[in-house]
Amino acid sequence: MPSVTYISPDGTETTLEARVGDSVMDTAVKNGVKGIVAECGGACACATCHVYVDEAFLAEAGEAGPLEDDMLDGAASERTNCSRLSCQIKMSDALDGLKVTIAPEQV
Amino acid sequence: MSEHILIIGGGQAGMQIAVTLREEGFDGSVTIVGEEHHGPYQRPPLSKAYLAGEADAETLELRNPQFYVDNNIVVIPSEKVVSLAWGEKHGVATTETGRELPFDKLALATGSDPKRLTCEGADLDGVLYMRGLDDANELKARWEKIHNIVVIGGGFIGLEVAAVARKYNKHVTVVHSRDRLMSRAVGPVVSEFFLEAHIKRGAEVLLDSKVTKLHGESGTVSGVELADGTVIPADAVMVGIGVSPRGELATQLGLEVSDNGAIVVDSHARTSDPRVVACGDVALLPHPLTGEGMVMLESVQNAVDQAKLAAKSLLGGSEEYHAVPWFWSDQAELKLQMAGLSQGFDQQVVRGNPDEDKFSVLYYKNGRIIAVDAVNDVLDYMAVRRALTAGQNIPADLAADSSVALKTLVTD
Repeated sequence: MPSVTYISPDGTETTLEARVGDSVMDTAVKNGVKGIVAECGGACACATCHVYVDEAFLAEAGEAGPLEDDMLDGAASERTNCSRLSCQIKMSDALDGLKVTIAPEQV
Repeated sequence: MSEHILIIGGGQAGMQIAVTLREEGFDGSVTIVGEEHHGPYQRPPLSKAYLAGEADAETLELRNPQFYVDNNIVVIPSEKVVSLAWGEKHGVATTETGRELPFDKLALATGSDPKRLTCEGADLDGVLYMRGLDDANELKARWEKIHNIVVIGGGFIGLEVAAVARKYNKHVTVVHSRDRLMSRAVGPVVSEFFLEAHIKRGAEVLLDSKVTKLHGESGTVSGVELADGTVIPADAVMVGIGVSPRGELATQLGLEVSDNGAIVVDSHARTSDPRVVACGDVALLPHPLTGEGMVMLESVQNAVDQAKLAAKSLLGGSEEYHAVPWFWSDQAELKLQMAGLSQGFDQQVVRGNPDEDKFSVLYYKNGRIIAVDAVNDVLDYMAVRRALTAGQNIPADLAADSSVALKTLVTD
């Protein structure tokens, strides 16, 4: 199982084993990682699972689709070139070791 | 002795109450008892990604089994509570199997049941509903063999299933009893847009049409007869004609329940007995934004937000419920997002171009924005939702210029 590390806004790190096919958001929420709100449950409908992807994984994580792109523009925290909605990143073996920083404001 | 809080209903709201109780530091016992054979899971994808094969059952789980263990939350699936009573010291819930669950405080998150067809033939095999994972699995198990599907009801559930079925090239007929689609949730402009959108994608949509009888062959549905005598061939019928709140248990405790079976709560999610809260689909609550009139809000947002508040109320909190309602629906590649409640609007502004599958409709009452329906227009949706949350306005005359970003127009 690929692992993923969440860095919360206060610097706390949580590393979890993810199920291939679950999103980075799913993995966090199911394990009770705080800071990823995910109000809509992963439908790309709320922009409350905003994360900054570690630069080393940016290419593998892929680019935001058009809808996600707009959602990120409307997200509560500042958007950077590392911004993604974590519900739209599906875990795969290629993403093993992924690190994401949770955006400080979600709602 | 530590306090027992019992939560009846293992859906989104029930789970959220338990999680919030722990987050708020409650150290007594927390038990969730639910009828379904599955632990708490997400319902919205059932008629969307799950049906389309883009998500599996494990993905839909709201929390890992270990999460409940770590947080000392007991989840009892497959048990239906049939009676509730207060004793001298505490209350007791009794399940169908005779199991007794004591409680000092109670949360009712029993949700709703799909309204059932009552016409002749309603009990034929192949007449399906969409509420739980089992319902979705039943439809999926039949999927390959379905060529003609008739969807009864042009609300979210029906139209989402219709869109997935068209994606798989099934012959789809939507039969709707009213004169416009999703009439309870969206404004007329959006109803009209989705009517054309579904027709354009190959579905037949019949408005103002009433089903009078289902035809069957060897016990399985074969056709849907309308009031005008038309018979539409069907090898499956998906019924999505609304829901009935499941407030029946509340009556056993003498709590106030509305005529349609909803549990009446105040702005703290308290029932008429302060030891008992209710939230989610089963609750009839004061309008969260205006406080005028009572509303039912069958949505994930309400299940989650009202559950959080209900949990705090159980612990003695006095926060009031003012969360902005929001909803979404995925139909084909159209993402419909709604915030606020548009009922009673006296002015509307359409931004963008429906012909390009990207637009929004802003609704106003007495010059103040009250709601938005957005199709593939996330920015307008989010701008309005934020403004509503902050109690701000977006003047209609300025919003009419689609080239200006809404978030730059927000005023007090």
